[in-house]
Amino acid sequence: MAELTKELSQVAPQTPETQTPETQTPQNPKTGSPTVIVDDLHIVYKVYGAAGESEKGNAANALMRILRRQGRPQMKEVHAVKGVSFVAHHGDAIGIIGRNGSGKSTLLRAIAGLLPPHKGAVYTNGQPSLLGVNAALMKELTGERNIILGCYAMGMSPSEVREKYDEIVDFSGIGDFVQFPMSTYSSGMGARLRFAISSAKTHDVLLIDEALATGDREFKKKSQQRIKQMRDSAGTVFLVAHNLDVIEETCNRVIWLHKGKIRMEGDPQEVLEAYNKA
Amino acid sequence: MSQPESALAEAQGGGRAPESLAALAERHGLRRAIARPSMPAYLRQLWDRRHFILTYATSRNVSKYSESMLGQLWQVLTPLLNAAVYWLMFGVILGQSKKIDNYPAFLITGVMVFTFTQRTVISGAKSISSNLSLIRALHFPRAALPLAYTIQELQQLGYSMAVLVLLVLVTGEPVSWLWLLIPVVLLMQLVFNIGTGMFMARLGAFMRDMNQLLPFITRTWLYASGVFYAIDDRTKDLPDFLRWALEFNPAAAYIEFMRDLLIYQRFPERWAWVTCLFWAVFALIVGFWYFWRAEERYGRG
Repeated sequence: MAELTKELSQVAPQTPETQTPETQTPQNPKTGSPTVIVDDLHIVYKVYGAAGESEKGNAANALMRILRRQGRPQMKEVHAVKGVSFVAHHGDAIGIIGRNGSGKSTLLRAIAGLLPPHKGAVYTNGQPSLLGVNAALMKELTGERNIILGCYAMGMSPSEVREKYDEIVDFSGIGDFVQFPMSTYSSGMGARLRFAISSAKTHDVLLIDEALATGDREFKKKSQQRIKQMRDSAGTVFLVAHNLDVIEETCNRVIWLHKGKIRMEGDPQEVLEAYNKA
Repeated sequence: MSQPESALAEAQGGGRAPESLAALAERHGLRRAIARPSMPAYLRQLWDRRHFILTYATSRNVSKYSESMLGQLWQVLTPLLNAAVYWLMFGVILGQSKKIDNYPAFLITGVMVFTFTQRTVISGAKSISSNLSLIRALHFPRAALPLAYTIQELQQLGYSMAVLVLLVLVTGEPVSWLWLLIPVVLLMQLVFNIGTGMFMARLGAFMRDMNQLLPFITRTWLYASGVFYAIDDRTKDLPDFLRWALEFNPAAAYIEFMRDLLIYQRFPERWAWVTCLFWAVFALIVGFWYFWRAEERYGRG
């Protein structure tokens, strides 16, 4: 019974969603309307194979744990995001900063709707997309096949793929190597092709995780320009980066995450100053 | 229904009443980033992703053998070698062949048909758990993964079937009109496999130990499915319900159906049709429904 009501409540919001865009747009000025609302979000995910000091992974110990009903020892729950709330508006470019492991990437994945919330919710307008198709590509395959596979994985149609194919090859600058398996590429070439594929699609809400602008200096410049273009065409951009200059340059708002909670939020200069002092 | 409600919310917002974020989201028509779509919407999304599913399946097949020297030839060699090993074991060493006419054809048909289902079950169980990074990076109906894995197995089955038909001809069975029914039984088995693959995908996603357990389960299933022996011959002395259970086993049903067509040249009995059809429909509905119910949770692992 409880499951049934839960299901209904999840299905219900779909009906208004189809009608509201027409009714809302005239009332809202271009910048004001919220595109992403994060409401008291908690994310917990499971990590396998992470054994603590007391739980060495030998069979005798494992048997003892089963006998004592202690559950799976190699599984740990990570509470990565603990109660984050904010509202992002149309036209915002929001930088997310924080130490390693502060939950930045997890937060991005939750906004993209890829990680289910443990508690709370993320509401979005349109489909936020993470910039990155690396996981769909197979290194044994040629660049050619990977471009096609990656484009389909991002949800393109065959005609879109045909249209974008040459552009992707050109942008990546890998030339004839496109006919070789990706396992033969240098790391720079691989990164260039991956970036070229993942940036081939336009998005309403764009989520950019750090370490995208890789490759040599020339390609770095090219990819930064491409990101700028994508930011202009997208309604809202989230940017995770360790390079604070990039954040200061491109964002109009910064969220500082610390151990899964928002430590500070607001104007880039103020937040970055405080972050640098900490 | 939404119109009056949003008007009300608008009025409240205008009055500057404190508004929860959830209400704000509703007022602006935002929806939950992660929500399970309704079944028809889900099927539509899946249909939209058909190119991805096909390309993914083909790509996996291509990359699977790309490191070996003989390359794609292994797609044919693997089923041939499998058949040879089983024939050596059960035909020559254990001497099963004296009881059954044309034992090589009998055995190889059983092995090929069973392998199709067995491999789908095993790979289906891994389809979600070994693709967590993909699930955490991109949006698509998650059923695309077990479906792609099943289609990958179907592509491999194509080669196995060619080998099978060739071997059946070599062992002296005549070509018959009944062979036209082969696609029909394969289709029924495919539908059964799709459903089972989905079911296993959810099991495997949340029960990691499934992958360790599965080889034993499928091997038991193999021995119970009459691949190496004729079920009706071996079950003469068993109680009725046990015999009935063994023959109702979906793997056994598909194997017997195929043997009827390929070796015995007889139109399968109505009982066989009912069993094969029942399992296909049952597995598809249950498997798909079961998988879809957890759609929004697969990313958590």
